[in-house]
This record gives sequence, C-alpha cells and structure tokens, in this order.
Amino acid sequence: MTEKKSSPQSILIVDDELIVRESLTKWFRQDGYRVEAAEDANHALKMMKEGPWDLALLDIKMPGMSGLELQKRLKEVDKNIGIIMITAFASVESAVQALKEGAFDYVTKPIDPDHLSHIVSNALNQKKIVEENIQLREQISDIGKATEIVGDSQQIHKVIELAKTVAKTDTTVMLRGESGTGKELIARAIHANSDRRYFPIIAVNCGAVTESLLESELFGHEKGAFTGAQYRRKGKFELADGGTIFLDEIGNISQKMQVQLLRVIETKQFTRVGGSDVISSDFRVICATNRDLEAAVKDGSFREDLYYRLNVFTVSIPPLRERRSDIPLLAEYFRGKYAAIMHKAVTEINANAMDILVQYDWPGNVRELENVLERAMVLAVPPAIQSSELPFQLASKAHGLQADSLAVVERAQVEMILNRTGWNISRSADILDIDRVTLYNKITKYGLKRP
Amino acid sequence: MRSILIVPIRPVDHAELTALVTPLSNAFEIPVSIEESNYLDPAFAFDSYRNQFNSTSLITALLDRYPAQSGKIIGITAVDLFVPVLTYVFGEAQLDGQAAVLSTFRLREDLYGLEPNPKLEHIRLLKEAVHELGHTYGLIHCHDPECVMHSSTSAEEVDVKGKNFCGGCEKFLRGL
Repeated sequence: MTEKKSSPQSILIVDDELIVRESLTKWFRQDGYRVEAAEDANHALKMMKEGPWDLALLDIKMPGMSGLELQKRLKEVDKNIGIIMITAFASVESAVQALKEGAFDYVTKPIDPDHLSHIVSNALNQKKIVEENIQLREQISDIGKATEIVGDSQQIHKVIELAKTVAKTDTTVMLRGESGTGKELIARAIHANSDRRYFPIIAVNCGAVTESLLESELFGHEKGAFTGAQYRRKGKFELADGGTIFLDEIGNISQKMQVQLLRVIETKQFTRVGGSDVISSDFRVICATNRDLEAAVKDGSFREDLYYRLNVFTVSIPPLRERRSDIPLLAEYFRGKYAAIMHKAVTEINANAMDILVQYDWPGNVRELENVLERAMVLAVPPAIQSSELPFQLASKAHGLQADSLAVVERAQVEMILNRTGWNISRSADILDIDRVTLYNKITKYGLKRP
Repeated sequence: MRSILIVPIRPVDHAELTALVTPLSNAFEIPVSIEESNYLDPAFAFDSYRNQFNSTSLITALLDRYPAQSGKIIGITAVDLFVPVLTYVFGEAQLDGQAAVLSTFRLREDLYGLEPNPKLEHIRLLKEAVHELGHTYGLIHCHDPECVMHSSTSAEEVDVKGKNFCGGCEKFLRGL
C-alpha cells in the first residue's frame, strides 16, 4: 500500500441532539479521526461534498428524513461509505431493516464505549479491505492486459528494444504509428516494465469524445458541475495516481484542451470541472498519435510548447505492410487465440489463405488482421482456415491493385457504407470491420461530408 | 506558569491523590499540586435517572472555578461518570485544552467482584491521569499498544498498556 496519503480516516455524525453530536465528535477526535457532525439529513447530504467520508453514524430517528432513508441517499452519493446506525432504544426491527439495506452495524443509545470503539474500528477495517480488494483486482486485470507483442521482424525488435529502454525511466513517451498498429499494446508493455506497474495504467481516447466530455473525463467533475453530473466523479488523471496515463489520439484535441493538458503535465495539479480544490496526482504520460504533428505545429493547430513537452522520447511503430514477415506469426497467434476462445479445433491457415493475408496492404494494420482472423474463425470448418473464409474484398484487393487505386476503392467503399447506414458511425464501422476511430480518421483523410 | 493542579471532587480517597503527585510531576516534568482547601461537590452534575455524574458538567465547573489558572487542571473523583451518549466514561478531557476529569470508580477491583488491590488500582489511576492530561496537551489516541495514550475502555485494557509515552507521543509532548 502507498504510504504517501496517510490522511486521517473520516467520520460523519448525523444526529438531531446537540449533546450527542458534541460528545461523539469529541470522542472520535481523541481517537485521531477527522470528524464533522450534521444536525439533520439535509445538512448531511450537503456535507457529502466535503467527503469522501469513510464512515457515517446515523441516528435512526430524526425529524424530517429518517436515518433509514438517509442511508439510502448517502449510498447513492458514495456507495462505499460505511454506515453505523444509532437507535435511541433497542428498536430491533428498524435496525435489522438498516442492516438489510447495507448498514455495517448498529448501536443503541446510550452507547457502551468499549462496544463503540470496536464497531468503528471493525467497520473501518472492513471498508479498507474492500477498497484494497477492488484496487488489487483492477491491478491484476491491468497486468493481465499487457499481452505479449508478437513479431520477429527487425522493425518490431527495434520497437521492443526502445520500449524496454524507456520503461525504467519516468520519461514522457510518444508513440507514432497508423491506427491499429498496436500503440496501446506498446504503452501497456512500457507500463508493465516500469516501476509503476503495480499502479494502474489509465487509457483515454482523446479522439473519440467531444471537448467538454473529454475535459470531465480527464479532470473529473463535481456533483452538479453540468446537467447530468449527478455525482462527483474522479478524472482519469486522478485515477492514474502512481501509475501511467495513456493519451491516445493526442493530435485530435482542441486548442483549449491543449492548454489545459500542458498545464497539468507540467504541474501535475488540476481541479475537477466545477470544483475549486487543487488535486495533485503523480502520473507518467504516454501519448500516441497517427497525425503528422510537425505539420500541425507548423499550421498552428497544435501548440508548439505542448509538442515539445510530449515529444521527449518517440517510438515509431511501423505499419504492418512494412513488416510483412510478421503477418504469418500474427495470423497464427490470432488463430490460436480465437481457437481457444471459440473452442474450435482449427489448427492451421492453409497456404493459399496465408498468401492472401501476406500480400494484402492492411490499412487497418494489426487490428484489421485480428478482425479478419476472428471472422474467418467463425466461418472456418476445422481443421483449417481456407481463402474462401477471408472477406471477399480482401481476396480481390490482394491481387494486382495499385496503391493509388486502393485509396480510391477504400474511399468509395467507406462512402458507400456511410450512405447506406445514413452516416451511422457505429454501424458503418461494424460493417467495414474497423473501429470507430479508424472510420473517423478515414472520413477526415478522404474529406467525406455528410450529405 | 506551567503546572498541574489536582482538584479533589468528593467523595475521593485523598491518599490516592497524594500518591499521584510525584509520578505525574515526573511524567510531565512540571510541578504538580493538590487543591487542599476547596473540594468540589459534584451534586449539581448528578443524573438521578442514570445514577451517574455528568463529566462534561464537571469540566465546565472546573473551568468556571479557576478562570485565572494558567496550567492544567484535573478533577478526580470516586463517583461514576458519564457523557450523555455513552454508558460510562473513565474520564474526559478537553483535547488541547485546560481541564480533565477522572473517576476511580471503574478502576477498582471490587467493582468486578474481585479482592481490592490498592497497588494495581494506583497504577491504573496514574495511567489514566497521564492519559487524560495527555489529551489536554493535544495528544490523540496512539496505536502503540504499550503507549499510555493507547485507547482503553475497560480495566483490562488499562492494565495491558504501559504507563509511559511512546517515542512519538513523547516527542510531540516535549516539542510543545
């Protein structure tokens, strides 16, 4: 566990009797907790803004909203808050109700001090264990995601070499490469080989969301910061504390976000949308783009200072067509992967099919290859994948089409599918067998316009 | 002047208070005296429904009584104390304040049906006096089970902990 944030655990007391609030506050302060008290449910809900609270002690019987109702409301704001009910007399029925709805325990007034100390420390321990458990699960799944990098070409060896070298440092890394070349995979590999590997790697796709949404994604927001912001939410920079933040499609962010991003990367401090508290976070930045940033800097659409801040150590991932020797390895890898997932005894890709795969230009790179293999595995009849199970256009385009004409064909195909779906991006991307980001990129690249 | 004043709250065994003077003085390295002329009568703090005495009221009374006192004040009594929300307290102190009260009631062996043990009871009283006065110097409960500032809500827990401050609490105290 990290030691750097050893702020005291916090307790919120809600009781309509002043004397109870005062004496419990005093009691818990002497125990070293951060304690505040509220006289009714409304005040308590307001005080949730000053949270998060580890524990709330609620009087079950209060004028206005009861402790039972308040418990539900508090859990809506913070589902992890620990609740202990205080009952004025041993009203077992309502106490049992509270326990059923998730309260940790209840105490009866007057409270036995011995009992109170034990219940509170048990509740706090339980909460800590649950939180640790969630954190550890996330870390394990993150570690699990750092899948192996497949390839034996000279180019990919160079990429791995560079990634390993830079992993041990805290240097900002910029990954360059076309969509689908595996930039996120390399980012995860860098993280998994760094000293930050036991903390999360948080990936953000800056290209797929609007500016205002991206802002709250990155920095989080306070409750009520905008319509629909029902709860306080932590931003990606906050979640990446101790770990790595992976900013994909960095070239696509607006001027305003560029300014904000530069400031956060330089100071490691920010405020949530609609909030005023300055939050510090210790993160490493890995970013990725397939845009020509140098040109973007020249034409003024990308800030020069941010460019220099990000472009410290660049790893360029070559497109698949420039390392065709990796195609058979990758194809075999994906065949094995989907054979296991689908429980299908497809053990090989026949020579004819493999030829087509190797000759194709793979504009969507490894991602496209994986999708093609997944599709082929669905169709394949054991024991082998045949060329007929590859998408039709793949088989035809692999033969004799010029690079120029490929672009023309691709443009026409993208436009046709978009028109067919009424410019429904998700459906078009599905039909085209590419992801949405790639589709957006193609729309921009070919200057396609919604009719 | 930095000092500690022990105020007897009737009924209380005067000899037990006298026995505290030297060890308390050693623990805090300041002069300790007993209020000899003016006992405090706790009748006003009595709650007939609970048959106990309200410790918060006693603290208020001590503060009213010694407005000019610059050192710490600790009232000690043999009656059982409570704060309204809890069934009982051994004592109560103002965190980083001036006054504390302490009861010998629950530190006695005969309360638990055992033979009186004056030596053990003296050590318990000393530990709790140091503990409550520690609060008035701003010390909070300590996680070190040996430290006198470790929280204890039963006589057994008082026996388990030591009568001295741990390194951290000692440092905090001397740094003042």
